[in-house]
Amino acid sequence: MSALVASARAIADDIAAGRVSAVDVCREALDRIARVNASLNAFNLVTDERALERAAQIDRLHAAGTALGPLAGVPIAVKDNMCVRGMRTTASSRILDAFVPPYDATVVTKLEQAGAVIVGKTNCDEFAMGSSNENSAYGPVRNPWALGRTPGGSSGGSAAAVAAYCVPLALGSDTGGSIRQPASFCGVTGLKPTYGRVSRYGLLAFASSLDQIGPITRDVGDAALALQILSGPDPMDSTAAHEAVPDFIAALDGSTPNVRIGVPRAFVSEGVDASVLGAFDASLEALRATGATLVDIDLPHAKYAIPVYYLVCTAEASSNLARYDGVKYGYRSPESGRGLKTMYSKTRDEGFGAEVKRRIMLGTYVLSAGYYDAFYLKAQQVRTLLKQDYDRAFESVDVVVMPTSPTPPFRLGEKTDDPLQMYLADIFTVSVNLVGLPGISVPCGLVESPQSAGTDRLPVGLQFVGKMFDEATILRVADAFERQTDWRSQLPPL
Amino acid sequence: MSTPLTIADVERIAALARLELTEEEKHVFTKQLADILSYAEQLQAIDTTGVAATAHVNAHEAERDDDLRPCLRVDEALRNAPDGAPDAGLFRVPRVIG
Repeated sequence: MSALVASARAIADDIAAGRVSAVDVCREALDRIARVNASLNAFNLVTDERALERAAQIDRLHAAGTALGPLAGVPIAVKDNMCVRGMRTTASSRILDAFVPPYDATVVTKLEQAGAVIVGKTNCDEFAMGSSNENSAYGPVRNPWALGRTPGGSSGGSAAAVAAYCVPLALGSDTGGSIRQPASFCGVTGLKPTYGRVSRYGLLAFASSLDQIGPITRDVGDAALALQILSGPDPMDSTAAHEAVPDFIAALDGSTPNVRIGVPRAFVSEGVDASVLGAFDASLEALRATGATLVDIDLPHAKYAIPVYYLVCTAEASSNLARYDGVKYGYRSPESGRGLKTMYSKTRDEGFGAEVKRRIMLGTYVLSAGYYDAFYLKAQQVRTLLKQDYDRAFESVDVVVMPTSPTPPFRLGEKTDDPLQMYLADIFTVSVNLVGLPGISVPCGLVESPQSAGTDRLPVGLQFVGKMFDEATILRVADAFERQTDWRSQLPPL
Repeated sequence: MSTPLTIADVERIAALARLELTEEEKHVFTKQLADILSYAEQLQAIDTTGVAATAHVNAHEAERDDDLRPCLRVDEALRNAPDGAPDAGLFRVPRVIG
């Protein structure tokens, strides 16, 4: 069995203790990627040479007795919508096909300073817009548990790479569930920190009031370690919060969390697959067994989260993506001889994929004269009501629990012709971004696939939502749940 | 509010968004955007009288002193340009005025 099945912490310990070299671990990750990526399509780019050089550097520092960072020699992957200096970064879009960033995202700087070794950039939905990873200019990612199914999106490549133990840790970004939902679909752990907890400098912006970077890992302890490294203010991102960063790892002290967990029963009962509900109810029992108290709560506006989200995120996207105009970077249409305006519109039509164009169109429409009040302003007002729902709930509970996704991973192609059906799959994740709260998805079951005669087992995820800047509590509860259930040690057949 | 979306609407939005859509795209988007907008109309049923709008949830002061700080060199900033003119330190674009 591959050493990469271990946690990032265990791998770093083995390297620090001299039981294995960083170069050997790096080779193992690269071999694993070479073996499975043809099936998964999880990587847009694999950076063998650079990774082996960095790993050798870690080994030299170690031999010289230099103190190593907490991730020294750990192979990691970065979603392809975050900049790594000198490493092609495409956001899985044709419009950025040849873009080579001249600077590092702050999260990349922090992880490399901690000693992590980047082995590649992971496939995703174009500009992080999608819930199935099928909106990639480089083709869909496949789910390691069932190759005919989606790994979720938009951070599908990162989740698949961690699930298939190519790497123990990958970065994702989450605007409406893009870390948590693929983590759920791939049977791994995904953490969306509080809005502002982690700098977005170097993240290709999609919806700036919602986007947040976070880790995808094989266990809750690694999510805590990664968050520790990633958190904190950044002079390059005015939205990065100055909030104190607690010791997230110390929060996982193995104690039974004496917490009150809110269950939004009415919200969770509608439109949820029976297999997911079954896993959810069993998870509630497991939570009770950890000593948690379960309390029914009401989030009366949560059912409106989808329309609010798709009005807000598309409005912001239409503005953010105006920068892709064939002038400063990226693709320019060869048919650009007919003047500047033609160059802009040809470049954008040829460079963007269908979902990105659809969202730019929707966002432009809801911001346009005559529709702004009815759609965009209305959505922002309901966003306030949604926030009040959560505020009220958190007066009586410490954590809210719900499924991460209403269904197990669906089949590739199942929802591609009907964008609205695809959007509805985000019902349990989008509200969390709208109000800025932290959320984590952990594996909570494996269910039988109805279409494959019981041969495929499909992962289901459980989501914990915490108060603003209280990641410590959701990590503690998720850790207790993980120890109570052990779904995390299940491996995909690939 | 419930005016159905027309091809002309889609053409108008595409022009605002600087997207030169194909005829097929215009037809597909007209139907899909109409579906999504009609779904979003459920928000109209919610009473939001006197409710403040939330544009973002950022609670802290985001201003900083207006000091000079290091930034990208011009040649680095131009390296990804589809038609850069590094010697002049400029991005080149097609003719704007006839």
